[in-house]
Amino acid sequence: MMLELRDIDAGYGTVQVLRGLSLQLAAGEVLCLLGRNGAGKTTLMKTILGLADRRAGSIRLDGVEIGTMPAYRIPRLGVGYVPQGRRLFGEMTVAENLRIGQLAGDGDEATRNSALAMFPRLEERLGQRADTLSGGEQQMLAMARALCLGPRVLLLDEPTEGLQPSMIALIRDAASALAAGGVAVLLVEQRVEAVLEIADRVAFLENGRLALDTTPDALRADESLVHRYVGV
Amino acid sequence: MEFGPHLILALLEGLVQASVLMLTALGLSLVFGVMRVVNVAHGEFFMLGAVLAHVVAGWFGAHPALGFIAALLLAPPLVALAALAFDRTVLHRLGHDPERTIVATIGLLYVIQQLTLMTFGPEARPVTAPFNHRIAIPWIETTAAGLSFYFPWGLSTTSYKLFVVVAAFAASAGVWLMMARGRVGLVLRATQLDRETAQAFAIPVHQVYGFVFALGAGLAALGAVLVVPIRQAHYLMGGDPLLLSFIVVIIGGLGSLRGTVWAALLIGMSDGIVSVFFSPTLAKILATLLVALVLVYRPGGLFGAKPA
Repeated sequence: MMLELRDIDAGYGTVQVLRGLSLQLAAGEVLCLLGRNGAGKTTLMKTILGLADRRAGSIRLDGVEIGTMPAYRIPRLGVGYVPQGRRLFGEMTVAENLRIGQLAGDGDEATRNSALAMFPRLEERLGQRADTLSGGEQQMLAMARALCLGPRVLLLDEPTEGLQPSMIALIRDAASALAAGGVAVLLVEQRVEAVLEIADRVAFLENGRLALDTTPDALRADESLVHRYVGV
Repeated sequence: MEFGPHLILALLEGLVQASVLMLTALGLSLVFGVMRVVNVAHGEFFMLGAVLAHVVAGWFGAHPALGFIAALLLAPPLVALAALAFDRTVLHRLGHDPERTIVATIGLLYVIQQLTLMTFGPEARPVTAPFNHRIAIPWIETTAAGLSFYFPWGLSTTSYKLFVVVAAFAASAGVWLMMARGRVGLVLRATQLDRETAQAFAIPVHQVYGFVFALGAGLAALGAVLVVPIRQAHYLMGGDPLLLSFIVVIIGGLGSLRGTVWAALLIGMSDGIVSVFFSPTLAKILATLLVALVLVYRPGGLFGAKPA
């Protein structure tokens, strides 16, 4: 397994969010996390990145324990992150945002170029401030910034939130292409129908615990599962 | 002296004051902007720079120019190292929490001040300027024969004061270049804009904080080394730079370097002019009044972002 979480307890300050959570993710696999608000999906991503307090359990990346590492070392091992709400460096230009991604990786221009090739519209906006981009362009930039570090594992936190259908398709296709190239993709998504098209596995979180680890086919066969764990 | 020459003299004095204030306030602005730490001990780093300048210059007693150059090269890095040590041992342990670090820096203020009093003593001590030539400034008068130049008595400055202005502007330009163009500036700005996302992109924010705190203190010390041949080194000299730096940073817009530079020029020049024509106390009262007006009518500062 490329990424392996075992018996994770994590949270923020005195609040515990994740309780004994275990999860595996293989290279080239798309694992989608579903669950109600507050189930612990974003906290799980932040725990992998070292941004939430991990109290117990282990997180291994290619067999190397990363759960005890300081947060800034984890991206250098190839963990890319597309945060919920994009969280671009809004006062910086598109080029500077990409440069931040490069700093986290090996700084290779080829990696940057391949990220831009995936989202060619950004080429025309390199000198523009990130906070002046449209919502779709901002999401492209958030993805491209993460790709600039040359990730082996990509954490996508609600990447299609607030986007129009054509943009959703673009982001979804990009995630699929990355997985086809061997990148392990962990995707938090609210749109179940979008998930089913690209996910290899679907995991449901409930109250910080892994409630179900299943396949898209099993979900299609039993729609009550989605209603039970996501409430839609 | 007539009003015109008198005004020129006030402007020149104000420019020297504004230049040093610009450096000091840039340090405070960087620390607040990137770290969100209100460094109440910033004025003490200024004072420490001046005191160390006196000590280092003293090692080269017979060669004032050599002593000053040594002070310029050694005092700011030494103060920066002291600040870095404080960041590692105290601020880092407090998680750089904005509220708890205020209390910590208040404590540091008294520690530095009292240690300086105990070791350096209460006397004000001079540092000799490396050069100090008088430069007379011409003025124009209208006579029956037309316009003519003359040198009014007292309308002069010194080569050292001009050096202070040039050096302060050069150092400020260096800070601006670092922030706007270099890789270091990119990392600092990313940390300033979003600490958590910066960490998710391999930026070691606590190391960045240590660097910024040291840089801020170093800039204050550099300002002090430049100005100490004009004033004198004294263990209580950190109060005014701290007050004026806070005024500048608030008026300029918290964390805005461009705003800090403009506000330093505004406050420094007006302080110089009001001090020459009226009194230094009135200058401080007016500056504080301006801060109050800015806080009421434009809380983001004159040059900072408008509140949403």
